[in-house]
Amino acid sequence: MAYTIKLKYSDVTPRADYMNRRQLMGGAVGLATGLALGPALGASKYSADLDPTALEDISSYNNFYEFGTGKGDPASHAHKLTVDPWSVEIDGMVERPGSYGLEDILKKVTQEERIYRFRCVETWSMVVPWVGFELNQLLNMAGVQGGAKYVAFQTLFRPEEMPGQKTVNLEWPYREGLRLDEAMHPLTIMATGIYDEPMPKQNGAPLRLVVPWKYGYKSIKSIVRVTLTDKEPQTTWNMLQPNEYGFYSNVNPEVSHPRWSQAYEKPIGGGLFAKRQETLKFNGYEEEVASLYDGMDLVVNH
Amino acid sequence: MSFVDRINSALRSVPVWVLYVAGAVWPAWLLYLAATGSMGAEPVKALEHELGRLALKALILGLCVTPLRAVVGINLIRFRRAIGVLTFYFVSAHLLVWLVLDVQILSEIWKDILKRPYITVGMGAFLLMVPLAITSNNWSVRKLGPTWRKLHRLVYPAVLLGGVHFIMVGKTWEIDALIYMVVIAMLLGWRIWQAYKKRKRRAQSTTSVSRATT
Repeated sequence: MAYTIKLKYSDVTPRADYMNRRQLMGGAVGLATGLALGPALGASKYSADLDPTALEDISSYNNFYEFGTGKGDPASHAHKLTVDPWSVEIDGMVERPGSYGLEDILKKVTQEERIYRFRCVETWSMVVPWVGFELNQLLNMAGVQGGAKYVAFQTLFRPEEMPGQKTVNLEWPYREGLRLDEAMHPLTIMATGIYDEPMPKQNGAPLRLVVPWKYGYKSIKSIVRVTLTDKEPQTTWNMLQPNEYGFYSNVNPEVSHPRWSQAYEKPIGGGLFAKRQETLKFNGYEEEVASLYDGMDLVVNH
Repeated sequence: MSFVDRINSALRSVPVWVLYVAGAVWPAWLLYLAATGSMGAEPVKALEHELGRLALKALILGLCVTPLRAVVGINLIRFRRAIGVLTFYFVSAHLLVWLVLDVQILSEIWKDILKRPYITVGMGAFLLMVPLAITSNNWSVRKLGPTWRKLHRLVYPAVLLGGVHFIMVGKTWEIDALIYMVVIAMLLGWRIWQAYKKRKRRAQSTTSVSRATT
């Protein structure tokens, strides 16, 4: 039987269409995951109506101590990081524990743009247009067992690609944790991109947490492990300085860091004469998340 | 002519005003870089930290003058006042950037000074340097006599507080802050050692004198 080509010339996608789709998908091609963002990438009801910080600033001013403590260190060193292939070990109190390939995860979740305020514990802030999916989708994929109360996360430990893991005085691998209700909250996302770019490596490629009402260090980067547990997990900064970095770490202008006030913040990108602005309780997400902490003393549980 | 002699004669040909001009222009150059976007996404902190490090470096250089002469033979004594005055200028610039561009809000400034130990320590270092800057002129040296030397020993606690301030700013143990501290400790340690040797010599000479008289 002769070999025939079944595709006809009319099946070729017009250039205008794929250019358009490429713009929408951005560099996602690089991930080779085929993120089917497409036109569904509209404004989410959870997005803040704010002008995002420039990508150049978001991707050049980073705290990612795996690459060094300087703000420019991650952008200088993160290119060494291998992010493909990538998988996430989901274990602990789940129905379907195992290693989940990132490509497979992304086929099963719905991604969308979320424009969030981002507030660092160091009193600077940004507005970041993340692309990602709600963490609850991933947790449901693995099936959370009834007794689970917390979710623990771990960053990749690979000192040969992450030089800070050899030099910086933190206990590696970096770990973070959330209470299960915080993790299941629709504002809590796993991000895979910024603007229409795949996640820059210095921002935590290929998969990072974003919890917009908490200080930035809770939003752990380059995640390789997610563990469901019934005990409050260890978190890196809390292990270093428990009086300075609590487990909850909700943005709160009324609770000072012992070494500096949290009442004001400096938006990044405003140049030398940028004005400080007042910090909002729960970083402006009070309406959505305050009820999670009903009856809790937010000073004690800082 | 030895290597050290050659350095010393080269240094003698440099007028002190050159150092003043270079030192005066340097923070202005940093301000220009910060204002034109060459200091990254957060130029205020970058400028503030750069000026702080510059002040510490100048303080350390000032403390190097005596041991350099005693141990190596290089004589920087002509430049010592300029180094001191410029140090105060760098510290003031660092403080001004913190006040005006960084914290901005007066009530927050007071709260920070009183409630944040690393700011308190930094302010302490600054205040210790104020009388030194005021008395950095010939008239004060003449007027104060031996007291002048004693007064200017305030630079020792000032540099120590400066080094501690730098370490306390970091979220973790920052390696460069620790290096500054090691250098400061060595320079102060050398002075303590010298003072100890001097006292021992004096004690020996007084015992030998008393022995001679008996």
